[in-house]
Amino acid sequence: MTTEYLVLSALLFAIGALGVLIRRNAIVVFMCVELMLNACNLAFVTFARMHGNLDGQIIAFFVMVVAAAEVVIGLAIIVTIFRTRRSASVDDANLLKY
Amino acid sequence: MGETITFWVLAVVSVGAALGMIFSRKAVYSALLLGGVMLCLAVLYAVQEAPFLAAVQIIVYTGAIMMLFLFVLMLVGVDSADSLVETLRGQRVWAGLAGIGFAVLVILAIGNALFVPEPAGLAAATEQAGGNVQALARLVFTRYVFAFEVTSALLITAALGAMVLAHRERLEPKATQKDMARARFAEGDPSPLPAPGTYARNNAIDMPALLPDGSVSELSVNRHIARYDVERGHLPDDPKLAEALKHAVEEEPVTERSHRHEQASSQETDSQAEVTK
Amino acid sequence: MEPAEIIPHSGGVIGASWLMIALPLLGAAILLLGGRRTNAWGHYLGVLMSLGSFVVAVLAFLQLAGGRYSIRLFDFIPGIADISLLVDPLSISFCLLITGVGSLIHIYSIGYMSHDPDRRRFFAYLNLFVAAMLLLVLSSNYVGLFIGWEGVGLASYLLIGFWQFKPTAAAAAKKAFIVNRVGDFGLLVGIFLMWTTFGSLAFGDISGKVGEASQGTLTAIGLLLLLGACGKSAQLPLQSWLLDAMEGPTPVSALIHAATMVTAGVYLVVRSGFIFEGAPTAQLVVTIVGVATLLAGAIIGCAKDDIKKGLAGSTMSQIGYMMLGAGLGPAGYAFAIGHLITHGFFKANMFLGAGSVMHGMNDEVNMRKYGGLFSVMKVTAVTFIIGYLAIIGFPLLSGYFTKDGIIETAMHHNQILGWLAVAGAGLTGFYMSRMVFMTFFGKRRWDSEAHPHESPAVMTVPLIILSIGSIFLGGYLVLSNRLMLFLAPAVGRPEELPVFHWNSVAGLATLALVAVGAVLAWFKYGKAEVPEVAPRGSFVTVFARRDLYGDALNEALLMRPGQWLTRIAVFFDNRGIDGLVNGLAATIGGSSGRLRRLQTGFARTYALSILFGAAVLAGALLLVGNL
Repeated sequence: MTTEYLVLSALLFAIGALGVLIRRNAIVVFMCVELMLNACNLAFVTFARMHGNLDGQIIAFFVMVVAAAEVVIGLAIIVTIFRTRRSASVDDANLLKY
Repeated sequence: MGETITFWVLAVVSVGAALGMIFSRKAVYSALLLGGVMLCLAVLYAVQEAPFLAAVQIIVYTGAIMMLFLFVLMLVGVDSADSLVETLRGQRVWAGLAGIGFAVLVILAIGNALFVPEPAGLAAATEQAGGNVQALARLVFTRYVFAFEVTSALLITAALGAMVLAHRERLEPKATQKDMARARFAEGDPSPLPAPGTYARNNAIDMPALLPDGSVSELSVNRHIARYDVERGHLPDDPKLAEALKHAVEEEPVTERSHRHEQASSQETDSQAEVTK
Repeated sequence: MEPAEIIPHSGGVIGASWLMIALPLLGAAILLLGGRRTNAWGHYLGVLMSLGSFVVAVLAFLQLAGGRYSIRLFDFIPGIADISLLVDPLSISFCLLITGVGSLIHIYSIGYMSHDPDRRRFFAYLNLFVAAMLLLVLSSNYVGLFIGWEGVGLASYLLIGFWQFKPTAAAAAKKAFIVNRVGDFGLLVGIFLMWTTFGSLAFGDISGKVGEASQGTLTAIGLLLLLGACGKSAQLPLQSWLLDAMEGPTPVSALIHAATMVTAGVYLVVRSGFIFEGAPTAQLVVTIVGVATLLAGAIIGCAKDDIKKGLAGSTMSQIGYMMLGAGLGPAGYAFAIGHLITHGFFKANMFLGAGSVMHGMNDEVNMRKYGGLFSVMKVTAVTFIIGYLAIIGFPLLSGYFTKDGIIETAMHHNQILGWLAVAGAGLTGFYMSRMVFMTFFGKRRWDSEAHPHESPAVMTVPLIILSIGSIFLGGYLVLSNRLMLFLAPAVGRPEELPVFHWNSVAGLATLALVAVGAVLAWFKYGKAEVPEVAPRGSFVTVFARRDLYGDALNEALLMRPGQWLTRIAVFFDNRGIDGLVNGLAATIGGSSGRLRRLQTGFARTYALSILFGAAVLAGALLLVGNL
């Protein structure tokens, strides 16, 4: 039964990665990153159950904490960029190049 | 059996919601669909003997993080729909290839792996502590206590970082009402904007005013209302007025007056922008 | 008779002989470091330091009494060389000449350079020269000698190019420096060879160990030392710089390029007598070089219209005589040194006389623009003529005794060398007479703006003193073999002392040839009209006028191949090395420029490549897992 969970996790992760690649709105890109993190969490929880070991859940817990911190900072950065550039598109922030 | 049904229902829902999230034009829909995925995952956690994580998932993710996303979406502008036209050549094709390839490879890897036929289950692990939450707490405060303490430092740093990033330095004294009035007089046109409909046959707010000399004042109509009218075809019969409305929509309001109003509301933003420049 | 032992010594005037070097060195340091502040009194300080050196030299000479003393000053290169002085009859003779004539020329220069804004610098260089020259002759080993040797080379370079604003002077200075490098290279290699052969560089040590070295080694050392001597003394084949060196101020020509520095080569050969006496081949080469140079210098002197270049040719020729004497062993040393000392007097006398003439003639050097100057500058003319008589070997004057001594000794040694030296004396008679007749007699051919006048006393008094030396010194030194006996402790002497015969075949032949030369010159330049523009002349004249094509030879043999080599090297450097390096750089730069385009600035492009990487990694893991 656990294999299906892992496959679901892989699918969600791939969908999140695809979203990161094709969306330009920084907030949506960020949401896709969150989706990838959640997919990972699902895998961790599944592993915990599979092995009868709570460490997987602990790691998922820490991932959530880090994700919370990351979201706070990431959104603050997006707001700051939006404030100066009037745009939330990741393609507009392309000054750092050749 | 019950778990299988739950899993398949939730799996279909969450994959659909995830796909919807990445393909919807409006960011708010994306946020809501992401919330749906998270809720599905919370149930899956609960099914997989992780009640604490299921609760945390709902409280932290769906409750706090998604709210934060929505806040920022509102701040940035909720009404604008993103264009889904790809501007980078080949990006979408290659992204699709890479995404599908990655998924296929990982799934193949999972399929290849030699798993125990039946999961071990967590009964043994939680039994001793007297429950899932107690078992997790025991681990967090014993084996993972250092990581846990470091997490607190991370959270404080994140809070501080968010404050620093979002903080706007005021570089000049705040404009008082007196200053604003002085600026308005200095521009030479102290009177308020003409009200819509005044001096005309009609006093609706989407009808431009006629000035005393009979000409149409584009300034008298709010640009957004004018756009609404133009987009839905609610244009007045008088061609002169209709022309003025279209004009008001097409052209950015660049008259001094409207500019000044906008400036007054976004003065702090501009000063911040100057600093960034 | 063998040279005497060298005794370590300290105290007394001889112990303080380092003052001879220190005083002018101090003067040079004060004048060079003091800068413009010393302009007012700088020349007096220079003269004073030179005179102080002279006084020390005289006192040391009086105390010497035929001894040989070494004074150790300090360690220079531990285990190899220290700086110590060797005060013996040979070095003290040179000291007296250098400081004596040097002081006179210093005094003369006060007048000669009075209008030059850089007079202070001139005196600083002169003092530097005196100090270096004294170190050269006083040092008791080859290292100290080499330091002095380079020091005088530097001073010579600075003084030839003293008027740097003249491109010819700057070029002449460079030429002198570069030609001297060739000789210095020889000297340096010779010193290296002596170190490896004898394990010491002190004169005393080497002379004691000469017997241990093979004939071939000694010959090689001797030839290398001779190469050094040729460079410094303008002997063939390194003679070309001396004629150009006349671009320097005349006192410099008198002091450095006539009286002292150019004789350093003779000093080197005489001082290294122990080497040459062990190597007859090297000695023979020394005499051949001497004779060839004395003839070449004389021929060049015959054709020059520039009075200083004529005198320079004469200097070459006279040093050729000294070289010849120095190559003849102990019998010739005393005559060589004697001729060196007397030549120092009469040639300095004539150079200063020429300077006095130029001083009165608006710095005109072309003798065809002179003529009839006897009546307007009597002191200069009389002293110049005394010098002239001394150099051609007029009976009883200085040159008569010393030059005749060399010719006689050469005649004893080798008839061919002797007769060539006699012929050289005849040529000397011709070109010196030509010079005197063109300058002081005949019709006045002056430029319209020339107002010749006698020079001030500060210039004429040194002339008079030098002319007195030109008259009597030779006789004093040679008669009863005074100089030979005096020098014997330092260089040894032949078992049989030579006796002076006024009526020897060689002596009479010399006199006759000189008379013929003088009479020829009288007919051509005294009695006949001298054209103001030089006639084209026969090919012999042109040959002599062009310095025997020495410069052309150097140019063809050395300069042009050198330039070709340089061009090849530059070409190789530009196309080969630079091409390789630049090509590599251009390749890297070009490919980087293209690779740079990968940095589009779009975060999503980067993310795509990361996902590709992750996919490839997953694939790789899958493959490895399956294996």
